Amino acid sequence: MDYVNLRRQAASLRKGLFDQGYLDEQFYQLEDLQDDASPNFVEEVVTLFFRDSARLMANIDQALDKCVKDFNKLDVYMQQLKGSCTSIGASRMKTECTAFRECCRDENIEGSHSLSILNLCMRSFQKIKREHSVLRQKLESYFQLLRQAGPVECATRPNK
Amino acid sequence: MEIATQTPFHVLAVDDSSLERKLIEKLLKTSSYQVTTVDSGSKALEFLGLKEDQKSNASTFPLYQKETKVNLIITDYCMPGMSGYDLLKKIKESSALRDIPVVILSSENVPSRVTRCLEEGAEAFFLKPLKFSDLARLEPHLSKSKDVPEMHNLFKSKMGLMSKRNKRKRGEQDENLHETVGVTGPRLKLTPSD
Repeated sequence: MDYVNLRRQAASLRKGLFDQGYLDEQFYQLEDLQDDASPNFVEEVVTLFFRDSARLMANIDQALDKCVKDFNKLDVYMQQLKGSCTSIGASRMKTECTAFRECCRDENIEGSHSLSILNLCMRSFQKIKREHSVLRQKLESYFQLLRQAGPVECATRPNK
Repeated sequence: MEIATQTPFHVLAVDDSSLERKLIEKLLKTSSYQVTTVDSGSKALEFLGLKEDQKSNASTFPLYQKETKVNLIITDYCMPGMSGYDLLKKIKESSALRDIPVVILSSENVPSRVTRCLEEGAEAFFLKPLKFSDLARLEPHLSKSKDVPEMHNLFKSKMGLMSKRNKRKRGEQDENLHETVGVTGPRLKLTPSD
């Protein structure tokens, strides 16, 4: 197995995630927290994130499907989702969550607008789902590569 | 350098999200704090020995003793059931607990929320996620209540390490600090723009 090559691929994938704005500096914080006591900390946190976000998104999906016009409720779910995104540095997802919440806020105008706002929310939510899916795919590949590459035995830390 | 007879600085962290609890626990442990995490305000009160209902069943936690004494409480603001604000109020209303500093964490920067918490006696209000820099800012305000771990050197080295890696990103990091509302008194108040 060419561990050097695998490690290089992992580094390249990681760099891409930052360069393309999928991740922001909060992800560095997670990496900084990883140490000998918690050697898989980043992957564990990311796993928790995808578990929580999947649950929240299922709730939002259900609410939108039922054409629930309780925009406050949608906003609460989205606030939680956005919070989780912020905590792991999921930058693009965070941006889409903010956009979604802006849609909900427009509902302050009562009356016949609610259906069109619901439409906007649905479209916005599709974007969130896409970002979520892409991020999950990329991070799964990244952690897989890291696992295949094996633990870094030398004292020097990978180039950041 | 830890003196053998000193008990470690014990933080009670309250958040309903397991993701957040994991993050905050690691951050605090890395900074040499002893940490207990709970997932609700009512569990926090139970841990602190303050039972809401005296007739409640046997506690899942041992009696609040000197050894488990909590030196700092960090709580999320938005939680189902008892909010961080409600928890703060209950703590400040208790003669046994009111001297324990309470820090509020929130994912939202809402000025009225910040004011409310500070007026109720919160030591500080930080935006999530909590960072090493937040702890560094907080630490001078805690030293009066208890000997905190030797944070200065630890934080300096951590932050030095981080800023070396994130040289390119330093500008963005500074922006984050501006966003964070960490306040311990009217003279430090930062009024965020909406």
